[in-house]
Amino acid sequence: MAGQIFAYIRFKDGVPDDSALELVAAAKKIAADASVSALVVGSGVDAVCNEVVSSYQEVWKIDSDALAYPNAEMIRKALINILPKDCILLVPHDTFGMDLAPGLSIKMDSAFVADAVDFEGLEGDTLKVIRQEYGGAVTTHVNCDISAGAVINVRPGSFPADESKAAGGAVVDKSGEAGDMAAGRRYLETVAAEVGDVDITKEDVLVSIGRGIEDEDNIEIADDLAEAMGAVVSCSRPIVDAKWLEKSRQVGTSGQTVKPKVYLACGISGSFQHLGGLKGNPFVVAINKNPKAPIFQIADVGIEADILDFLPELTDAISEQ
Amino acid sequence: METALIAPANYFILSVPTVIFSFVIPIVGVSLFAYIMAIRIAPLVLAAPDFRFNRYMERIIKVLRIWLLQYRHPRYKTAGIIHIMIFAGFLVLSIRSTSLVIIGISENFVFPGLGGSLGIVYNLFKDYAATVVLVACFLAAYRRIVVKPERYAVPSKYGKDHTFEAVFVLGMIATLMISESLFEASAAVAQAQAGLHVEFIAPLSLAWIFKVMLGRVSTETLQAIHLVMYYIHDLTFFSFLCFLPMGKHFHVITSFFNVFFMRIDRGNVKPVRYGVADDQLDDLESFGVKKLEDFTWKHILDFYSCADCGRCSDNCPANAVKRPLSPRFISIKARDLIFKNYPLYPYGKAFNKGEELMGNIYEEEEIWSCTTCGACEQECPLGIEYIDKIVDLRRGMVDEGMVPQSLQKPLRALEKRGNPWGKMEKKRADWTKELPEGCEVKIVGKKESADTLYFVDSITSFDDRMQAIGRATAKVLNAAGEDFGILGKAEKDSGNEVRRFGEEMLFQDLKDQNTEAILNSGASRIVTSDPHAYNALKNDYVDLPPVEHISQYIARQVKSGAIHLKAAEGNGKVYTYHDPCYLGRHNGVYDDPREAIDAIPGIKRVDMEKCRDRSFCCGGGGLMLFYEPEEEQRMGVLRVEMAAKAGANVIVTACPFCLVNMEDAIKVAGMEGSMEAIDLAELVESHIVSV
Amino acid sequence: MEILVCVKRVPDTAENEIEVNSDGTDIERDDLVYSVNEWDNYAVEEAIQIKDNVGGSVTVVSVGDEESEEVVRREMAMGADNGILLSDDAFEGSDGKGVASLLKAAVEKGKYDLILTGAQADDGAAQVGGMLAAMLDLPYASLVNKIEMIDDQKIKVGREIEGGNQEMNEIDLPCVLSIQTGINEPRYVGIRGIRKVASVEIPVHGAGDLGVAADSVGDAGAKVKRLDYFMPELGEGAEMLEGSTEEIVEKLIELLKAKGGLK
Repeated sequence: MAGQIFAYIRFKDGVPDDSALELVAAAKKIAADASVSALVVGSGVDAVCNEVVSSYQEVWKIDSDALAYPNAEMIRKALINILPKDCILLVPHDTFGMDLAPGLSIKMDSAFVADAVDFEGLEGDTLKVIRQEYGGAVTTHVNCDISAGAVINVRPGSFPADESKAAGGAVVDKSGEAGDMAAGRRYLETVAAEVGDVDITKEDVLVSIGRGIEDEDNIEIADDLAEAMGAVVSCSRPIVDAKWLEKSRQVGTSGQTVKPKVYLACGISGSFQHLGGLKGNPFVVAINKNPKAPIFQIADVGIEADILDFLPELTDAISEQ
Repeated sequence: METALIAPANYFILSVPTVIFSFVIPIVGVSLFAYIMAIRIAPLVLAAPDFRFNRYMERIIKVLRIWLLQYRHPRYKTAGIIHIMIFAGFLVLSIRSTSLVIIGISENFVFPGLGGSLGIVYNLFKDYAATVVLVACFLAAYRRIVVKPERYAVPSKYGKDHTFEAVFVLGMIATLMISESLFEASAAVAQAQAGLHVEFIAPLSLAWIFKVMLGRVSTETLQAIHLVMYYIHDLTFFSFLCFLPMGKHFHVITSFFNVFFMRIDRGNVKPVRYGVADDQLDDLESFGVKKLEDFTWKHILDFYSCADCGRCSDNCPANAVKRPLSPRFISIKARDLIFKNYPLYPYGKAFNKGEELMGNIYEEEEIWSCTTCGACEQECPLGIEYIDKIVDLRRGMVDEGMVPQSLQKPLRALEKRGNPWGKMEKKRADWTKELPEGCEVKIVGKKESADTLYFVDSITSFDDRMQAIGRATAKVLNAAGEDFGILGKAEKDSGNEVRRFGEEMLFQDLKDQNTEAILNSGASRIVTSDPHAYNALKNDYVDLPPVEHISQYIARQVKSGAIHLKAAEGNGKVYTYHDPCYLGRHNGVYDDPREAIDAIPGIKRVDMEKCRDRSFCCGGGGLMLFYEPEEEQRMGVLRVEMAAKAGANVIVTACPFCLVNMEDAIKVAGMEGSMEAIDLAELVESHIVSV
Repeated sequence: MEILVCVKRVPDTAENEIEVNSDGTDIERDDLVYSVNEWDNYAVEEAIQIKDNVGGSVTVVSVGDEESEEVVRREMAMGADNGILLSDDAFEGSDGKGVASLLKAAVEKGKYDLILTGAQADDGAAQVGGMLAAMLDLPYASLVNKIEMIDDQKIKVGREIEGGNQEMNEIDLPCVLSIQTGINEPRYVGIRGIRKVASVEIPVHGAGDLGVAADSVGDAGAKVKRLDYFMPELGEGAEMLEGSTEEIVEKLIELLKAKGGLK
C-alpha cells in the first residue's frame, strides 16, 4: 500500500466541520489499520487542532496570518511543500474541496477521485471507490491507481462520524515548511446571502418543496400545510432558480444548512447537493410520485403520491384535529 | 337665381374679394394634406411585403359588412350606436362638404347628379345627418368627459390620457355641423325676409332650428353670419383633414383600406416573409420583426388605423389578469414611434429608420404574454391584426436568442425528443396500455394501416391526467366502429405553439416529420382531440387528409346514429361549455361541441356570458404552460368564476390544455367540490351505450 | 480579451431517464439524447458577454468523438467565433487528468487571456478546470457566479460557497475559471442559428497535432478508471406507507406527532 493517509479538516469559527470525523471513518474504510493524520490549515488554529487531535494519529498544522481566509490557491502551494509524495489525501467534497483538490492532484502528480461516497477496499495499489453520476441516478465502481498517491474528495455525510477518539496523537507544526504561498488569486470579501423573512436554520419542522410543486401558484399548498403544522416552508435549488422562493429558503450545499427535528421532503428527488444541507439526523418524510426518487433511500418514511393531491389532504386532516 | 345675400364667391371686404380665401384655403389645405400623407406613406413603402391584392370578392364583402355596415360596432352597444350615427352622417355629408368648398368659388355649383329631385332628397338627408352627427358628438363627449368608460383609460406606463384629442376632434366635428347649418340657415332666413324662393330645410333639423332662431335678425347680420360661417366651415374642414393623420382619427381615412386588406383566413400564421417559400427560409438574413420597417405594410397600416377604442384590450385575457400586455398599446406605441421616426417637420429631416423595437417600445415579457387566443382580432372593428405581429416579434426575439429560460427547456426538448417534456419517444403510446380489452389501438405505419388516424399530440400522450382524454377518444372511436390507429413514436408535437412562439424552423422540422409519418400511414382522414393539433394540421400543414376535431366527429356520429348516448343522471349537475380558442375563434367550431353535449338526453347546459367568439382564454396551451408570466391572477380562475356565475357546476372543455388550466384554477380558486371540469370526449364516452 | 471555453457533450438528465444497461458496463444509451453540458453553456454565454463588452474573441473547444462537433457548432451558433474539436481514438477512456492534458495542449497552441470551463458535468467530477489550471500554472477559481472586469491584468470573480454566500476574489490574468449555473441567462440557440454555422469548418486535432504522446492519455494513461455501473442495494430506504390516502394521512399524522412534527 501507498503511504500515509491524511484528512483535510474544514472548520469555521474554530469549530471543526462534521466532515472532520467522517474522514476518519472514510480512511479506515480504505485501510482498517491505516495511520491517519489530520491537516489543519489556517490562522490561529490551535483550538481546531485540539478538537481533532484525539481522533487522529497526528495533526499537522499550518498556522499563518496569511491564511485567515482559506484561499485554496495559497493552501495548495503550502500543501505541495509539506505533504509526502505518495500519500492519500482525503478532502471533503464541498466548495472548498472542489476548489483545492483537482489542481493539487496535478501538482502532487497523484491520482484524483472526486465525490467518493464509499470505498470497497484496496488491492495492491488499486483502490476501489464508489461514486455516483447523473445526479445520483446511477452508481459506479471506479478503480484508482494510488501507486503515486491520491487526492480523494469525499462526499460530506456519506460516512458516519467516527466518534471513537481512539487515536490520541500529537500536533505537529508544519508552518515553517509551508514556503511561499503568494498566489494569483486574492480573497477580498464574502458577500452574505440576502437574509429572508425567516431563518430556516433555526426551525424544528420544515415543509420542504422541490420540482414536484410544478408551478409557483402551487406554493400556497405548501404554505397551508406549514401553517397547519406550525412549520416553515423551505425548498430545493430549482425553486430558487425559478425565483419562486428566496435564496434564504434553500436547503443544500449552495443554500442553507438546516438541522430540523422533522423534515418533510415534498416533491424533492434528493440530490446530494440538497441533502448536503440537511444535518442533525432529522426524521425525514419523503413524498414523491416517482418511486425511484433517491430521496426514498435516505428518508425514514416514504409516501408515493403526487404532492399536489396529497398535501391538501394532509393539511385538511391536521386542521381537523 | 336671385339671392338676398352675397355668396362668399362674390363678396368683397374693403375691395378685397373673399373668393381669394375660397381658393387659398383649399389649395393650402390640400397641399398640406398631400405633404403629410406623403410622409405617412413612406414607412408603408419601406415596410416588408404583404400579399393582399387578391380574393377581391371576399375583401369587398368584408368592406360591406365591417366598414360600411359597421357590423362589429354594436358589440359595444352605446359606443357602437354613437359611432354608427357619426359614420353614417359623415358618409352623407361628405358630398355636401365637397360641394361647399366649390361653392366658395362658384356660387351656383351643384354636385353632379344632385340637380333635380335627387338633390332635394339628398338635402333632406344631409340636414338630418348633420343633426344626428351633432347629437352623437355631444353623447360621445359626455361619455368621454363624464362617464369615462374603463377601456379608454391610459395606464401611466403607456403615457398620458388621450381624452383631449378625442374631445378636440368631437369639437371640430361639431363646429363643422354647426357652421354648415348656420351657413344654410342664414341664407334661408334672408331669402324669406326678401320674399324670395327659400330652399326647403328639413323640419326639426339643426339648420331648421337655426332658421327659426335667426328669424328676426337683420340682413346685415345674416350676411355676416353667412360669410363667417362659410369660412369657419372651410377652415375647419381643411384643418380637420390635415389633423386626421396626426392621431387616432387617421382611421377616418385608413379604415376603408384597412378593412379591405384585412386578414381573411383564420387560425393561420403569416409566412416569415411573403414571397419566400418554406424551403428557402435558410437564405433569409434575418427572421421576424426587430425594427419598425420589418413589419409588413399592412401591419403599419394597422398601426395608423387604430382608433384607440380599447375593445381589443377589454377582451384580452392577458390584460385582464394584469400581464404586461395590452394589445391596444401594441398599436398605439408603434404608431407613435412611426410619427416620431418619420417626422413632418422640419421639412426634409432624415427618417430615423431601423430603430430596435425590443427594449425601446416593447418589452420581452409583453410579447411573451400573449396566448394568441385571438379575442382582440375578433373584436376589432377595423380589422387590425395582432397575432401575426406578436408571432413576428417573437420570431425576431428567437433569432436574437432572447428567449426566457422557462421556454428554452421545452424548446430544446421539442427539438431533441419531439415533445416539450423531453419524454422518450418510445413512451408516446404508453397511454394506450390501460385501455380495456376490445379497444386496442393500432400503431399505424409500415406494418399496419387504418382508415382514420387519431393524432394524439404531446400533452395527451404524456400527461398523466390528459391521457384519460386519449383513452376516452379511443373508446369513442371504437364505439362508433371506426377503423383507426395512432402514429406512436413517429408522431411529434404538432408544433402549433412552436410556430406561434416564433421558433419557425423548429416548427418546419416538426411539420415535415409529422407530414411524412401521416402520409406514410395511408390514413384517409385525421381526427384529433386537441384543438391545437387540429389547428396546426388544418391551417399550418399542407396536403394532408381532411382533419376533424373529436367534437365534430361525435356530433356527426350521433346524428348518423352510430353512437347512442344514455340519459344524464339527474344529480343536480349543470354543465357549461368553454369554447377553446383554437376550436372556436380560430376555426369557427362552436355548434358541434354543444350539439354533442346536448345529444345526451336530459343534460342541463347553460352558456357563460362570454362564450362562442367572445370566449375567455383559459390561460393558453402548448408552450404557454411552461412560460412564467408576471400576472396578478390566473386566467383560468377568472374563467371558473364566470362558469359559477352562469350557474354551472361542471365545465366541459374540448381541449387538454383547457382542462389542465381549468382543473388547476378550480384548485387555486378553492372551488373543489362545487365545480369540476371534464373533457367533452370523457363526458360523451361515459354516456355511450353499446348497442 | 481572447477567451477559450471548454465544453462537453453529455446526455441531458432533464430529457433522459438514466438507467444502467443490462450488463452494467454502461448506462442504457439507446434512445438517449445529448446536448452541451448545462454548466458549459453558462460559461459560453459568459464568454460572449465579456467579448461583447470588451472585445476579443471566443473559442470553444471540446474533447470527444466526432459527435461532439454538434455541441461545438451549437455554441458557435450562440456566438462563439471559433471552434476546435480534440478527437482521436487514443483519447478514448481518458480520465480527468487525461482530458485536462489534452486541453492544456490546445491552450498552448493559442494565446488566451481567460479560460472557462463548466463547474461540473452530470457525468463528470468537477475536476478538469482545476487540473487544467494547475498544469498551466495559472490561477484558478471554481464555482464562479460573477465576473467583473477590472483591467487587462486582473478581474474580480465571485464564487458560490456554502450558505448561498458569495466569496469575492481578485484574480490575475490569464486564469482559469469554472463557471456555476445561474451566473447569467444563456441565450436561446434555435435551429436556424445552428444551420447558419452548419458549413463552418471546425478543425479536428488528434494526438499528433497536439503533440501529446498517445500513451499518456486515453485509457492507457488513466489512473482512474470506471469499472461498471450499478444500482446500489436498496437495503434500508424508507418505510413506505401504503393504503388509502386517508389511512396514509392518519398514519403519517401519528408519526409526525411522535417525532414532534406537529405543534
